Amino acid sequence: MTHQRHLEMMVGVFVAAGIVALFFMALQVSNLGSISDEEGYNVTARFDNIGGIKVKAPVTMAGVKVGRVTNIEFDKETFEAVATLNIEKRYDQIPDDTFAKIFTAGLLGEQYIGLDAGGSDIYLEEGSSLQLTQSALVLEEVIGQFLFSKAQEGSE
Amino acid sequence: MKSITNFFASLGSNVMSAVQKLGRAHMLFFQMVMGMDEILRRPSLLIKQLYYVGVLSVILISLSGFFVGMVLGLQGYYTLSQFGAEATLGVMVAASLVRELGPVVTALLFAGRAGSALTAEVGLMKATEQLSGLEMMAVNPVRRVLTPRLFGGIFSMPLLAAMFSMFGVLGGWFVGVGLLGVDDGTYWSQMQTKIDLHEDIYNGVIKSIVFGVVCTWIALFEGYDSTPTSEGLSRATTRTVVHSAFAILGLDFILTAIMFGE
Repeated sequence: MTHQRHLEMMVGVFVAAGIVALFFMALQVSNLGSISDEEGYNVTARFDNIGGIKVKAPVTMAGVKVGRVTNIEFDKETFEAVATLNIEKRYDQIPDDTFAKIFTAGLLGEQYIGLDAGGSDIYLEEGSSLQLTQSALVLEEVIGQFLFSKAQEGSE
Repeated sequence: MKSITNFFASLGSNVMSAVQKLGRAHMLFFQMVMGMDEILRRPSLLIKQLYYVGVLSVILISLSGFFVGMVLGLQGYYTLSQFGAEATLGVMVAASLVRELGPVVTALLFAGRAGSALTAEVGLMKATEQLSGLEMMAVNPVRRVLTPRLFGGIFSMPLLAAMFSMFGVLGGWFVGVGLLGVDDGTYWSQMQTKIDLHEDIYNGVIKSIVFGVVCTWIALFEGYDSTPTSEGLSRATTRTVVHSAFAILGLDFILTAIMFGE
């Protein structure tokens, strides 16, 4: 009987340790702590060029993450990229003339969308769209422009 | 002419015996799963197997996990520091552990530690006619002997793999943060932003459950199907480890392609 008891106790400890490990993975290793899916409202933003933005890329204001990109589509009428941004519910007082820009975190880092607050009294809500956007900087274009302006300087 | 007919005959008999073996394996799996009510009626059978299959593997798995994590920390640091990207060490360690190394290495160790033991045990039971003895007493040996072992393996594997990954992450932390001077906060925060609960961790757990089923199934089938001699038993034990390793690595490729391929 005591042997059986010992066995049961060890198995109990084993199962508990395994569950602790699973919780450790979920809470300490993964993004569960910062997840707040579906708890927010969607706004769209149109960009001429979306650069390297992917679904799930962060949306930040003043460097603080306020949401995520949830969908990217191509509008075949206007030839623009339409990004759907999911903004967390608690940030519900963002003016509707907010400026959306695409930035890159560091030289090789991932791209994200930064929002600069405007001055309007009307706030963004589910389904509204951001009118003011700035496209991603494509390195080749920037270098091309730089070379072009250098060449012009030389010819003058 | 004679040698050609012999060749085809031996090819045919090999294929047929392989197909028959596959069929027996599936029949046995079906019977074991159908015997599930036995472990609900006698949970002590399952607990005993969880002890032998799971608890006794904990030290091996934890230590291996810790060492694998430490190696990942060292090697990752060496490579990443060449790009000045030591900050992503945590992501590299955690992603490789949670997605691949945790389930796969745990399953390989499990096949060597618990799988071979299961084959030897069941094979010896068959050789000493204990299984026939049970049958004579109107006890179904598959339900009584094999089913608890199968479910012991299936329940143990994800728990062991989670422990492996946890100790691996801690081992990587020990080397990266403790010895090589990566920032503590960066190690964890980079990991938390990049590792996804669904994409990475759930898929890792699903992998380990699949490996648990396959490893235990192979081990039990080889034991149950072994030739009841000392030579047959030694061959069955070898086959368990070899087949499990093949099955794990092959399935890992297929599962990875399904889960992470776009």
